[in-house]
Amino acid sequence: MRNSYSLYLLIALFIFSCSSKESYEAVSESSLYPGGDAATTDDFSVNAFGHAAPKISDAKQMQFVTGNAFFKRNWVTAPASTEDLDGLGPLLNAKSCSSCHFLDGKGEPGFEKGQSSALLFRLSVENAEGKVVPVPNYGNQFNHLAIIGAKEEGDVKIEYEEVKGRYADGTEYSLRKPTYSFENLNYGDIDEKVMVSPRVAPHIIGLGLLEAISKEDILAIADPDDKNNDGISGRPNYVEDVVEGKKVIGRFGWKANEPTVKQQVAGAFQGDMGLTSTIFPAQNDTEAQLLASIINGGEPEVTDDILDRVTLYSQVLAVPKRRNARTKNVVDGQKLFHEIGCQKCHTPSFTTKDNADIEEFSNQKIYPYTDLLLHDMGEGLADHRPDNEANGVEWRTAPLWGLGLVKTVNGHTTLLHDGRARNVEEAILWHGGEAQNSQEEFKQLSKINRENLIAFVNSL
Amino acid sequence: MNKAVTLLAAIVLLFSCNSEEKVSKEDIIENYAQIVYASYQDTYDQAEKLKQEIEVFINEPSDDGLQACKEAWLMAREAYGQTEAFRFYGGPIDGENGPEGQINAWPLDEAYIDYVASDNNNANIINSPEQYPEINAEFIASMNEKGSETNVSSGYHAIEFLLWGQDLSDGAGAGQRPYTDYIPADEAHRIHAERRQTYLLETAKLLLHDLNTVKQEWEPNQDNYRAEFTSNPEESLKKIFSGLGKLSKGELAGERMFVAYDLKSKEDEHSCFSDNTHRDIITNEKGIQNVYLGEYKMLNSDSTVNGPGVYHLLKSEDPELAENLKETIAKGLASSKKIEAPFDQQIKNPEGRKQIAATISLFRKQGDLFAVAANKFGFKFDPEAI
Repeated sequence: MRNSYSLYLLIALFIFSCSSKESYEAVSESSLYPGGDAATTDDFSVNAFGHAAPKISDAKQMQFVTGNAFFKRNWVTAPASTEDLDGLGPLLNAKSCSSCHFLDGKGEPGFEKGQSSALLFRLSVENAEGKVVPVPNYGNQFNHLAIIGAKEEGDVKIEYEEVKGRYADGTEYSLRKPTYSFENLNYGDIDEKVMVSPRVAPHIIGLGLLEAISKEDILAIADPDDKNNDGISGRPNYVEDVVEGKKVIGRFGWKANEPTVKQQVAGAFQGDMGLTSTIFPAQNDTEAQLLASIINGGEPEVTDDILDRVTLYSQVLAVPKRRNARTKNVVDGQKLFHEIGCQKCHTPSFTTKDNADIEEFSNQKIYPYTDLLLHDMGEGLADHRPDNEANGVEWRTAPLWGLGLVKTVNGHTTLLHDGRARNVEEAILWHGGEAQNSQEEFKQLSKINRENLIAFVNSL
Repeated sequence: MNKAVTLLAAIVLLFSCNSEEKVSKEDIIENYAQIVYASYQDTYDQAEKLKQEIEVFINEPSDDGLQACKEAWLMAREAYGQTEAFRFYGGPIDGENGPEGQINAWPLDEAYIDYVASDNNNANIINSPEQYPEINAEFIASMNEKGSETNVSSGYHAIEFLLWGQDLSDGAGAGQRPYTDYIPADEAHRIHAERRQTYLLETAKLLLHDLNTVKQEWEPNQDNYRAEFTSNPEESLKKIFSGLGKLSKGELAGERMFVAYDLKSKEDEHSCFSDNTHRDIITNEKGIQNVYLGEYKMLNSDSTVNGPGVYHLLKSEDPELAENLKETIAKGLASSKKIEAPFDQQIKNPEGRKQIAATISLFRKQGDLFAVAANKFGFKFDPEAI
């Protein structure tokens, strides 16, 4: 199948290379607008990720303003004169959404500069019945900060080891392999069989568009048993929709462990900032930590109005337009992307359903470069911590849109679930498991072809 | 210095009357820099007075002394509010290492500083002498970045909290901190009064220090930000426009007004301890008008800075737009003055909401007009993006 495709491509290349229009043919007009008509922005500045989708209604625009305010503001300890903003903690990783998703962008592990809030650690253990449960004393997330009056859970230590490898052309590369450990623990020992999953804050553009992809379209490309024998499975994660009280497809989070933007937002309020909502009414401390006497900021601490607005805000952030999509190196890179099979998981395009919750997002042709499915990514990346139906080697295909602007917005280029990859090249090289073939093909490419492929990813 | 301002104003006036010639961008920028400097001078002077009142007060705490401090704080805000027209373009106030977060951070985690309405009243800086033995300006500054880069417990609002206390009233009324909070060695009163005194004074000192660093960057004839700013009129003009537009729409109409209006939440407002939010709004808008018209009347003297403003430049390009913007700003200012105090009550009653909504809509329009004006000079910015 692939051979004939390449041959076809080769012929096409020959034909087009004579004309000056050459490579422009491969890049459709619509693909320049990854967020569709409704949600693409042409700001490529430091604020590239911070714009509301241009087509949303005035009423939503205004709610976006309120959502933005609560996304950026620091929450404070209760009781405070700013009643809407109190209730932080007792345990936390951050005081505001934006401290991790700075300018709506991507966090970096940042351990060289001290502990970063943008990298958090999920914890669990297998209990006697073989069920995966939160770890005793510490719960399901390690909180390295606390309000005054409570003790933080402790510190995380990260160590990197450089692991060398070699391309087919002899060029050497080096990847940094992290090891994590916990120290200065304030609530007793952590079970030594603890399963730890590091998660870095992703950039949060286009989430409402991903939510508007129909379930059927996702399932249509799933191939849990690899019936087509291409070595790639693609499994949906099924997780509980807490509001609906039933299992649905997971779409968000590094393991597709949250079903909706709203639940993701409420989960972050609870887990990362210690703020309760009607969706997650419990505080984030465990009974063993004896912090129950600490004053809360109301029940719930995040009112439904605020939760709704921060949710809307997170749903309607626009996706930046493609840059340089029609330059030769980028078009060449795009072809290579398909030739080595990256698109098998990084599905370029979907059309959203015609009755999206955010009506402006209905029937949009979008280019997220993800299938929202879980894939075995190999031992190198495995966290060995199951999450709902995702096993310990599976991760959700990360959307690639906006990647090339992370450097502009956030000043770094780190990638993958824990930010271990220092750039796109390293991220590709970390791919294993189902992506092993593609990774090996990448290693076979010439230097110029590798650069073109990376240029393509950075144009998204 | 004031003489110099007047002299400059006179020269500028002379030239502006003299000819029909187009005002130059250089003149606009120079006059702008002069307004900025004069505004920060006022701001610094008022903060100095505040510090002096605090010194008098903690020397011999009394109700009158506390009132005098509060009045000085309110005056200090009159000056500072107008300087916010110089924000949102990465200048000395809020550029990469700018002290804005340390000067005007909000919301303030008051429970971090001092006691609040809670049984757990020792878990804060003032009441934790063992954990934090020495309170001084440097220490207060060092507590800033604990936990989050914008987590600040200094500046105007920290002083506001230490003067007024928590606003716990359900209806109208600001915080009711008794002056006796500052009387040491009296078992009937709050403990750690000395530490509270020190915190109050040291925060004021830190504020002065921070304001001074900003002021110095705008001092004339120095190797500083101003020198760079005035030597690059094209780029600086972009900064002025986008600063005004962003303050109008994104910050003032959006963050500071619509959010409180939208959620009708008491105390989701800027100066929540003193109930001075209505003045924050007015002084911000006044600051915008100052820059637009090129005029600033100093608070402490009769001197004025007066020269060509953005208005005059725009007028030569698009007179209709220039007048429209002038009128919108004037209306916005008038409308904001009609919002009754306290703001936290007005967001709840129908009459007040109407007035607030009308003002928000004028400020939004004003921001959009600044963006249109920017287009006339060949550049773009998003007045919503702050």
